[in-house]
Amino acid sequence: MSEATVTARDAAPPAETPEMELFHARSWLTQYVFCQDAKVIAIQYSGTAVAIGLVALALSWVIRLQLAFPGAFAFINAEVYYQSVTMHGMIMVVYMLTAIFLGGFGNYLVPLMVGARDMVFPFINMLSYWVYLLATLVLAASYFVPGGPTGAGWTLYPPQSILSGTPGHDYGIIMMLASLILFIVGFTMGGLNYVVTVLQARTRGMTLMRMPLTVWGIFAAAVMALLAFPGLFVACVMLLLDRVLGTSFFMPNIVELGEHKNYSGGSPILFQHLFWFFGHPEVYIVALPAFGVVSDLISVHARKNIFGYRMMVWAIIAIGVLSMVVWGHHMYVSGMDPWFGFFFAVTTLAIAVPTALKVYNWVLTLWRADIHFTTPMLFALGFLVTFVNGGITGLYLGNVIVDVPLSATLFVVAHFHMVMGIAPVLVIFGAIYHWFPKITGRMMDEGLGRVHFWITFLGAYAIFFPMHYLGLLGVPRRFYEMGQTAFVPHSAELLNIFITVTALVVGFAQTIFFFNLFRSLKHGALSGGNPWRAASLEWQTPETPPGHGNWGKTLPVVYRWAYAYSVPGAPEDYLPQNAPPIAGEHSQ
Amino acid sequence: MLVALAFALVVLASLAFHVANPWRATPIASNWGFIDDTMALTFWITSGGFVAVILFVAYCLYRFRHRPGQRAHYEPENKKVEAWLAIVTTIAVAILLAPGLKVWGQYISAPKDAMEVEAVGAQWSWSFRLPGADGKLGSTDVRFIDDVNSLGVNPADPNGRDDLIVADSELHLPVGKPVKVLLRSIDVLHDFYVPQIRAKMDLVPGIVTFLWFTPTLIGEYEILCAAFCGVGHPQMRGRLIVEAETDYAKWLAAQQTFEQSRKSDASQSKHVSNP
Repeated sequence: MSEATVTARDAAPPAETPEMELFHARSWLTQYVFCQDAKVIAIQYSGTAVAIGLVALALSWVIRLQLAFPGAFAFINAEVYYQSVTMHGMIMVVYMLTAIFLGGFGNYLVPLMVGARDMVFPFINMLSYWVYLLATLVLAASYFVPGGPTGAGWTLYPPQSILSGTPGHDYGIIMMLASLILFIVGFTMGGLNYVVTVLQARTRGMTLMRMPLTVWGIFAAAVMALLAFPGLFVACVMLLLDRVLGTSFFMPNIVELGEHKNYSGGSPILFQHLFWFFGHPEVYIVALPAFGVVSDLISVHARKNIFGYRMMVWAIIAIGVLSMVVWGHHMYVSGMDPWFGFFFAVTTLAIAVPTALKVYNWVLTLWRADIHFTTPMLFALGFLVTFVNGGITGLYLGNVIVDVPLSATLFVVAHFHMVMGIAPVLVIFGAIYHWFPKITGRMMDEGLGRVHFWITFLGAYAIFFPMHYLGLLGVPRRFYEMGQTAFVPHSAELLNIFITVTALVVGFAQTIFFFNLFRSLKHGALSGGNPWRAASLEWQTPETPPGHGNWGKTLPVVYRWAYAYSVPGAPEDYLPQNAPPIAGEHSQ
Repeated sequence: MLVALAFALVVLASLAFHVANPWRATPIASNWGFIDDTMALTFWITSGGFVAVILFVAYCLYRFRHRPGQRAHYEPENKKVEAWLAIVTTIAVAILLAPGLKVWGQYISAPKDAMEVEAVGAQWSWSFRLPGADGKLGSTDVRFIDDVNSLGVNPADPNGRDDLIVADSELHLPVGKPVKVLLRSIDVLHDFYVPQIRAKMDLVPGIVTFLWFTPTLIGEYEILCAAFCGVGHPQMRGRLIVEAETDYAKWLAAQQTFEQSRKSDASQSKHVSNP
């Protein structure tokens, strides 16, 4: 901390890079379609992610209808069920959550929050979106190939994923692998952009330790994704070779339904290592941006600085590093060397410490705060409940021996939906309500927002909280039907019906959100540039919505961190990052 | 006000649900009570944390809700509070981890005197193999699988000739004796799963995995597959029958050896092809 003086433009550290050359659109096509402005790309990414996410939502109803009313719907057979399970999972994790947090929020917020005019590589950024769109279309197209999409489960484990007992083993799996390869190519272009922009394009005075936690979360997630996605990339390429050329990377000598296959020497467990080397960091690639966003939502709407900012930053980094060495906890009963269990249990439970510290700091931010119950704040609070709930069940599954009876049961399904399904989705909603005024210049309706929140939060909790108990009972996941199973009582069927009905209600309640969203585009109350009276830089743009280049003629100069709320002696309860220092202020 | 109340109610409703709901773990039928104990310990520690954190949130929401003229307290960090929370959390995590690792150590080291049984998974059924009079299982390879040798037992290995082949998906075990189940798959991943036993392990084509337990309760249990193995996955069922030593011996005596099963199958298939 250093003493700042009133005249201290010089006190602000210099920017990393000089002014950048901006791309200027010459036609409608390059302004709105093949656009290189990160803000437009962000909307394109988000729109595509939400559209494919709605497909995943519809697929979840297929799953739920079958589980509650087995055999009642003629269009759901075992093939359709497993294809729905697979596509729902893969879409939600990769094509929806990863894309919307990094491609959507990352593109919109990173340049604005660090005071840049755009991403550092605008053309690559545009290309990133179009490759992502192509990947999504290839994925969707797998519904139209003979045999339909793959039904191998989102983990795509060989040998099963390329053998005839699995739906979509002939063409669907090829489409899935091709789509993933495309997604990774597209993501890599975007990810490099986020990382380089944060490192190189911050405006004058925006030191790393003054950045909003949203930027920290997205930055750390992008670095992790650049390290983790290559694991999935090679797994996909090798599995594709096994499927198409008959190589044996993952295929040992096997007999399939009485027929000797021409494979030998491959290792199915190797695929699992590669998959989870990506798959576990992936959880945090989704979670870290959500952590960052929720920190900012809580701080702004509680009118209080985020508690323990520096620890929050170090916790993000610690989680990022640790999450690269915990993947084996998905494989405790996979048949890998059981001695790995000791190592992965220790690293997995160690990660609970920085994660818990983040929770404490969110909660302590509320202490002696001035809490406004706005819609974004409600969603942030809903995140706290679902994330803590889903986090503690992670301590069951991470502790190797406790995982043994619970693995592959509905306990796992309930856990990961609570912690990386519901919790991040609540953050996405909160973030949309929060930043919608910046993106459009209009407010979303608060009343509809609250109705949407309570139905979604309470409904989703009522879906996944009781589901844990079916897992404790021993009900396995990925069962198209339980059939006659002695240890599953009749009451479990009733619970399944309750869960399905709740899921349908919560799903249809999302129309409230979309109605609010589209109505507010035209009819929402005008918001002005900074309706939440927030301190971070994106709210201080000269125009709202921000124009091309974000900052008009001159870039902003930053004098303090993003959390100067309720500073004693300040005229208002927030000090924008770019407001000149006030008398006697200690710059943070 | 109402928001604070709603969050407190979510916690209280969760606790009430936990107490009142009828879905409990199946009665345990093996030596792995330690697993249940570690899970119970995990429940108490983590649930305590959940209740404390969310009730604290609810209190803050009530106590520090916005009122006109109110301003938040400015406190960027508090090293002492942060350090204490870090220490307490680390201790709690260590308390969870220590017994977990200890029991895992037992789980992965089968007792030397455990009887060996082999479970073989194939889409979508279970078969079993037990050592014959010589007490040894013969070697196997997928290459040897044919119409009369569905488990791929090595015909040249003398240890395998008297192995008992159980093809009807029903495994009997004597109560009170530790058993090491060797797991083998001939096609895709499967997983040997009996909820009452608590143990679980994948069957991986190409390698042999294992789990061990001591059945402690006479009874009949379902064997399920817990690793997705294709469209027939839910139908891949077997039965585990834990019985007194004498009943077990009777069952064992009625099983066919590898040699017998090959001959009878061979004569049958000859019969079919030459009516």
